Amino acid sequence: MNKEEIINKVNNFLVDEFELEEGQITPNSLLKEDLEIESLDFVDIAVIIEKEFGFKVVGEEMSDIRTLDDLYNYIKQHVNGS
Amino acid sequence: MNRVVITGTGVYSTIGKNLEEVKASLYKGKSGIGFDPARKEIGLRSGLTGIIERPKLKGMLSRRNRIGLAEQGEYAYISTLEALENAKIQQDYLEEHEAGIIFGNDTSVTPVISANDLVREKKDTTLLGSGSIFQSMNSTVTMNLSVIFKLKGVNFTVSGACASGSHAIGLGYMLIKQGLQDTIICGGAQEVNPESVQSFDGLSAFSVKEDDPAKASRPFDKSRDGLVPSGGAATVILESYESAKKRNAPILGEVIGYGFSSNGDHISVPNIDGPVRSLQMALKDAAIKKEKIDYINAHATSTVVGDNNGAQAIAEVFGEKNVPVSSTKSITGHEMWMCGASEIVYSLIMMHNSFIAPNINFETPDQFSKKLNIINHTKHHNINTFLSNSFGFGGTNSSLIVKKLL
Repeated sequence: MNKEEIINKVNNFLVDEFELEEGQITPNSLLKEDLEIESLDFVDIAVIIEKEFGFKVVGEEMSDIRTLDDLYNYIKQHVNGS
Repeated sequence: MNRVVITGTGVYSTIGKNLEEVKASLYKGKSGIGFDPARKEIGLRSGLTGIIERPKLKGMLSRRNRIGLAEQGEYAYISTLEALENAKIQQDYLEEHEAGIIFGNDTSVTPVISANDLVREKKDTTLLGSGSIFQSMNSTVTMNLSVIFKLKGVNFTVSGACASGSHAIGLGYMLIKQGLQDTIICGGAQEVNPESVQSFDGLSAFSVKEDDPAKASRPFDKSRDGLVPSGGAATVILESYESAKKRNAPILGEVIGYGFSSNGDHISVPNIDGPVRSLQMALKDAAIKKEKIDYINAHATSTVVGDNNGAQAIAEVFGEKNVPVSSTKSITGHEMWMCGASEIVYSLIMMHNSFIAPNINFETPDQFSKKLNIINHTKHHNINTFLSNSFGFGGTNSSLIVKKLL
């Protein structure tokens, strides 16, 4: 899976599942401060990642993710078992 | 001691999604009971149930607020919205004043089963998602609604089986009476799904008159064969009389008596003594003579023994064949953890529209119910004061008396 596909999938679930506005979604958006994604939401993101990208999120690794771009990169690193 | 008044009510039930619809169903004696084939496929003995539709809350509530809400929490959210609107309580009032919430609820089965099934299959709890725990607890309704409405006052759920909703109102009444809180959102909520009643079904307690669902719930009738499970949610907002007058709130009635007791007897079969003491305690608390009661909303669930003992308790306290009695469970089915609260809402509707809703399907009295004045057709009647009883497993009894503020 390439980064563009990852970006599309992530943005889709942010809009559909998390009910964010398309306009809020930029690579530099801060998950907590800009998108109001809080601790409980990360629990749900882990579930969606497993379903959409097929790998299990390690909680501690998620704490380094601050922007959307960090999230895309995190997924790119782990998807396809890499 | 403060006087305690009711300033708003709301309901989401099998006989109507709001007070207007419920009023019409009560007046017409229109049943909310149907047949659900899925129940038979799963293995339940009875396919009968109250029929209710899940509300669609997307757009009304944010995702974060929706995700921890279980089925009965959805119903309670809708009924509470209606009650707050009727009470003329806006969101900023709740944020500027301390208002509490006490709801009756005794189960939250489906979220627990879903979680269990998922963990069994995947052996991984991180797949449950953030809503699961908040949906799974008995206190799911008060937990979620206090967050949604940003409440700052008392906050807990009462579990007392089929008396839960009634005890919730009784406790709210006591706290306000003692001056510990000015406003409390009280109520009762009940999930409606096969899993939540399968153990109950296993006692063979449910009616199996599946050929005509609307006739299956037959409180006090000689041919009754069991109860029909039902549910939804009802909200009753209690306030101190002073607080209500101060903000010019509508006043639907005054709670003047709360009685309670335990049977100290069988876990599922009610006795007569316990309910009698609950009734007497409510009358004593209300400081009124029993002749002042214009209508009794009976607990009567359509079980053989339960209705017998309920009838005998009423006859013992009130004498025979006088105060009009009906069980709205003939129309709604047994709303269980919701019924103590919903039956206050139904009785208030009757009070304010001067009618008694019929105890439908009461065609032939038995040796105990013949002692009562059971109303089986809609009757125009002035109700200034009513009494509502709720009795639950474990022998928990609750009686509430409400008076019109004249």
